[in-house]
Amino acid sequence: MDPTQSQQLAYIAGQAADARVNVELETDEGMVLNLGPQHPATHGTLRIVAKLDGELVIKAEPIMGYMHRGYEKLTEVRTYPQVTALINRIDWLGNFANEVPFILAAERLMDVEAPPRAQHIRTILFELSRISNIALFLGDMAVQLGAVTPVFLAFRDREHVLNQIEAVTGGRFHPNFDRIGGIKDDLPAGWIEETHAVMVKMRKFCDEIEDLVLGNEIFQARTRGIGVIPADVGLEYGLSGANIRASGVDWDLRRDNPVGLAWDKVDWKVWTHPDGDSFARYWVRLQETREATKIVDQLLDTMPAGPIMAKVPRIIKVPAGEAYIATENPLGEMGYYLVSQGELTPFRVKIRSASFSNMSIAPWVLQGTYVPDVVTILASLYFILGDIDR
Amino acid sequence: MISTFAYELSYWQQTVLRVVGGLVAVLLPAGSFVYLYLFKMMSFMQSRLGPMEAGPYGSLQLLAEVGKFAQKEDLIPERADRMVFKLAPYVVLVSTFLMVIVLPAGPDMLMSNFDVGIYLALAVSSISVIGILMAGWSSANKYSLLGSLRATGQLIAYELPLVLAVVGVVIQAETLNLQGIVFAQAEGDIFGWGGIGNPFIFTQFIGFALFMVAIQAELTQPPFDMPVAESELVTGYLTEYSGMRFLMFFIGEFATAGVFSAMAAVLFLGGWYVPGIDPNSDWFNLLGPAVLFGKMMLVSFFIFWFRISYPRLREDQLQRLAWKVLIPIALVNIVATAVLKVVF
Repeated sequence: MDPTQSQQLAYIAGQAADARVNVELETDEGMVLNLGPQHPATHGTLRIVAKLDGELVIKAEPIMGYMHRGYEKLTEVRTYPQVTALINRIDWLGNFANEVPFILAAERLMDVEAPPRAQHIRTILFELSRISNIALFLGDMAVQLGAVTPVFLAFRDREHVLNQIEAVTGGRFHPNFDRIGGIKDDLPAGWIEETHAVMVKMRKFCDEIEDLVLGNEIFQARTRGIGVIPADVGLEYGLSGANIRASGVDWDLRRDNPVGLAWDKVDWKVWTHPDGDSFARYWVRLQETREATKIVDQLLDTMPAGPIMAKVPRIIKVPAGEAYIATENPLGEMGYYLVSQGELTPFRVKIRSASFSNMSIAPWVLQGTYVPDVVTILASLYFILGDIDR
Repeated sequence: MISTFAYELSYWQQTVLRVVGGLVAVLLPAGSFVYLYLFKMMSFMQSRLGPMEAGPYGSLQLLAEVGKFAQKEDLIPERADRMVFKLAPYVVLVSTFLMVIVLPAGPDMLMSNFDVGIYLALAVSSISVIGILMAGWSSANKYSLLGSLRATGQLIAYELPLVLAVVGVVIQAETLNLQGIVFAQAEGDIFGWGGIGNPFIFTQFIGFALFMVAIQAELTQPPFDMPVAESELVTGYLTEYSGMRFLMFFIGEFATAGVFSAMAAVLFLGGWYVPGIDPNSDWFNLLGPAVLFGKMMLVSFFIFWFRISYPRLREDQLQRLAWKVLIPIALVNIVATAVLKVVF
């Protein structure tokens, strides 16, 4: 059923009215501090309107959408192979991981399965993008708390991982490498040994961060007990990824929702933390980075031989149908709900991005905190603006 | 003032020398901190090179920075209190210059041999609070206001440990005169052995630690940099400043770091004195400033090391640290020093 133009206009007007209700905070009594859209703590264009009593936050409201790029709509006018070029810009730090669920959803509708070697390489690149993404978080969180050095270490060591991604895909940030039925190219010569060496470096980086940041008394004083999210509240708000695992919920889509990638072929562990505070979220992500290096190491050692591309038609038309595939992306659950009507382009793509849901808990968790804690909590929830606004 | 060269200077010559000396004492530490510590040491600790293009190893980067700030438009917010806004950086700088007055750099190399020197220095160091409050209040900016109120609370809270940490030294040296404190260290002895004098860091190590923590907070350097917490308050009370006025705040911050480090060197490390030379010798009028500068760089190395590696505390944690930890320790230290002074 096609919505008429008047229905669409009414919808837009309703959304605009909602936005105005949120901003109405400004007319209340008390000092209103407007964090953003341009603010160092939001590393992007997130805006937080906080009503303050002294430095105590009475009420805070995130306002999103300053960087909306309309990817869901744009995918409807792109052919399936073109879509990956768009969607790996959603979470720009976890580049390759964005492409995988979409391709998997398309593959499911076409009833194609990528050969084992392609699945292996996909999983490796997926984990590499996780490492490069979370390594930056580990440094950035410290910057939000005022320590300038860790982020430079993070940038330094992330570069090794990006080099490996670039060696395979040709792009540091936007690989556009995943194809329906497999991947674009095979691994270059000598890549496996190099990647092993990089994984050793990343483990050393994790140890360094553990010494420099996690063990620091001031860091612990600033994060322990700050922004506590109980498991049930977190689930109600739809948190996912490390944010919910830090609340003690043992839930990881890599293990719990096998989608054909190679995670079930290697030995690894899902880390959880019972506390649910900012420290727990940081700790879980640090362990996750270590675990990801182990996954990559094992996958490199068990790399199967064979083709990297299944047989797919030259012009890809996805049969009519619907599919939802979600994977455990660096930021949390990322899913694509793909509706096809058997044409060259998707009919509708709904992107379930992790940061959007993770940010929705902000008003709940920011209430009653102090201004410095707002920054701590936002940093520990770890959002990427592109992932919020799409 | 200068008897080394065997002739007396006339009044105006002394005045000129004092003005030049004051300028050097303020600008030289500020420049060397920014280049050596902020540009280079910080870069090496963060595995990068820092400025390399302007001059050999980027040594002319400072000039480039000053030139950049000089070119910038002097923006004043529309709703700012213009006069207070313009005046604030001067107030901050004045407190730095006033502290230099009593700082001895040699037997005769000092501006004023003031009998309550340390008292004056600690008193005028608080003037900068007024400047910061002026800057924050007049900017008509919520971030500035929050930042300046944080700064005020912080600086007032940390005045007390700062003063109390010095009291131990004063008891031991039996004088408030900074020159007298240097001589007390130079002519003192450790259980009868006078080989290196008696730098008070050996007896007043608790006082030294407290003093270092307190000046870190007074300078609003991390881990005590909530007033300018850049991830929360943009840059706190500096948010609306640009161009030369920002540069003046910047110089004020680093020059104060230099003066406080020099103060720590005078109080705890023997000031301009090095063992082996008679402290009354004229040589110290030449050697003294260099020695003091070296010791100051040593002390400030730690200040900047902490600055680079630590995250910042929260405002309430900072106040708790001052009132519940530092001040009780300082009081115990004073009592212990007094008792030991009577016993020995």
